[in-house]
Amino acid sequence: MLTISNLHARIEEKEILRGINLEIKPGEVHAIMGPNGSGKSTLASVLAGREDYEVTEGTVTFNGKDLLDLAPEKRAAEGIFLAFQYPVEIPGVTTINFLKTAINEIRKYNGIEPLDAAQFLKRMREKAKLVKIDDALLKRSLNEGFSGGEKKRNEIFQMAMLEPTLAILDETDSGLDIDALRIVAEGVNQLRNENRSFVIVTHYQRLLDYIVPDFVHVLYKGRIVKSGTKELALELEEKGYDWIKNEVDALEEV
Amino acid sequence: MNTITDFKSQLIADFQLSQATLNGKSTLPIHQLRDEAMKNFDKLGFPTIRHEEWKYSNVSNLIKQTFDFHTKTDFKKADLKKIHLPHLKGNVLYFINGVYNAELSEIATPENKLKVIPFAEVLAKQPELIEGHFGKYANYQTDAFTALNTALSNDGVVVQVADNKVVEEPIIIRYISDVRLANVGSQPRNLIIVGKNSQVKIAEAYRTVGENAAFVNTVTEIIVGESSIVDYYKVQDESDKSYHIGTTQVYQKGRSYFYAATATLNGGFVRNNLNVVLDGEHIESHLYGLYVPNGKQHIDNHTLVDHQKPNCESNELYKGILMDKSTGVFNGKIFVREDAQKTNAYQNCRNVVTSDEATMNTKPQLEIWADDVKCSHGTTTGQLNDEAIFYMQSRGIPKKEAIRLQLLAFAQDVVSQIKIDSIREYIEKIVLAKLEVA
Repeated sequence: MLTISNLHARIEEKEILRGINLEIKPGEVHAIMGPNGSGKSTLASVLAGREDYEVTEGTVTFNGKDLLDLAPEKRAAEGIFLAFQYPVEIPGVTTINFLKTAINEIRKYNGIEPLDAAQFLKRMREKAKLVKIDDALLKRSLNEGFSGGEKKRNEIFQMAMLEPTLAILDETDSGLDIDALRIVAEGVNQLRNENRSFVIVTHYQRLLDYIVPDFVHVLYKGRIVKSGTKELALELEEKGYDWIKNEVDALEEV
Repeated sequence: MNTITDFKSQLIADFQLSQATLNGKSTLPIHQLRDEAMKNFDKLGFPTIRHEEWKYSNVSNLIKQTFDFHTKTDFKKADLKKIHLPHLKGNVLYFINGVYNAELSEIATPENKLKVIPFAEVLAKQPELIEGHFGKYANYQTDAFTALNTALSNDGVVVQVADNKVVEEPIIIRYISDVRLANVGSQPRNLIIVGKNSQVKIAEAYRTVGENAAFVNTVTEIIVGESSIVDYYKVQDESDKSYHIGTTQVYQKGRSYFYAATATLNGGFVRNNLNVVLDGEHIESHLYGLYVPNGKQHIDNHTLVDHQKPNCESNELYKGILMDKSTGVFNGKIFVREDAQKTNAYQNCRNVVTSDEATMNTKPQLEIWADDVKCSHGTTTGQLNDEAIFYMQSRGIPKKEAIRLQLLAFAQDVVSQIKIDSIREYIEKIVLAKLEVA
């Protein structure tokens, strides 16, 4: 589904990704972990098409297409979704209107008839229940004045509405209390299926107690330095990142 | 002789001509007032950019041109199609090149509630009605354009709302500059007198038809009676070759509410003065404005909110979307007089600039002589948030659409204030179309 080969990216003069290789198959859940500044969020942003980053080397193909060649909205239409670490407030645009526009733009891109009002409403009710998000919140301006937890829940709600094939969650767990974390994880788990893949970017193992990953990768200095299964996350929780850092730094010195 | 004197002397000659046709009526107070106004205009002349109030709005191009103030037009019902507004209902009045057109106009509200009479007709039949108010509010002493209008206003309308009446049907006054044949100037003058404890919604809408230049110098005086509620909308959709100088002078009595929205959609050179005097207690004034210039359009909004008595509230929100090489000006004055304790006065001007070549000049100006007041003001001018655009794109919304949605939402705060459906839809349609090409 997604193949990342030797991906290098920089912001201004600073190289942040220095050769990422990753293969994601349909239905898989990959966790990307790593210390602060290792490039986790950059990877998420580059995949979604944020303009601030410049890809200097490497390729990313998504379902056979050159992803890096597509504008962000086209990536979304192809089935990629990014849950933002810091969801943006958009005054004057309600979540409902926003999603109606988004869904129908995506459908237009894929040559499908737009959803009518009734179909949209039906889908909205279903998905709102999934993430326990209040109707009243959806009628308000997108994220405006929402609490941190509400914003994150709204991200998962949007994901549920847009039904992507690859969802990237960028530190969705940061700033969430345990109840909100459970609701968010529960939402994600219900959306898991054999065709939908997830990339979960997180600093802590906590979220992975609830969303159990198939693979865990450790990112450090812009590269994946270790990959394993869910046990690797537990090991990181117990031992921290220093042992990995030391291993990598020692190798670099050689 | 330079061009400035040319246009000026044309106007003065025009005035002398009109005085000569008065047939001995020149001793009437109104004509003496006009005479005085003309003398003021002669003394003041057209303002230059050295004038503090005209620093950013240069009228030198306006006065280089010539305008015919007496063009006969054969604007017909069939021509209305060009300027059709869907769902237009209520009292709809048409002025073509500043002259009332009874044939096109329609008055729906019964006379016991509302009288809408052309200025000329009132002047002939009920001069005392005009004389009691004419020139009492708008400043013809030091404002050159108001002086000019006071001296030379050709027509306009007197709107009179009786006491204790709710006028359900809106009053929509449409001013058409028909410049299909020549450059046309017009100087409409309106007087809106709302009695006690009444309610009315009024819109003034300006349009240009044709390719020549138009000059509209308009003055509207509004008296809001005690405990009355008045909604007033000014909508400008004029051509790039038009010059519009307009003053709306509002005088509010105790416990009255005044809601204004000025939507400047199109116009080559626009200067709006909205002056509100709060002369009573427990008054509320709400002033909204929206301007969306593109190309080389220039839109200047000057507002003055004059708190003269205690316990009143004013609230002002002006929003601009400036595209291409357009320029905008916002100058907001708030006076809180010594007597006006417990005043709450708020002012906010927010602008989005979508091009590097567009310019916005803002100047809030608060002058407070009372000590127990709450006043605030703020202005911002910036670009749309890139992060917000990316956020919308990441959900599948193309960049252009993301920008348009955000700009529409930005304008909506003002547009949603307009309670006459046909007028609001008209504004929405034009804003949408202008943002579509942006």
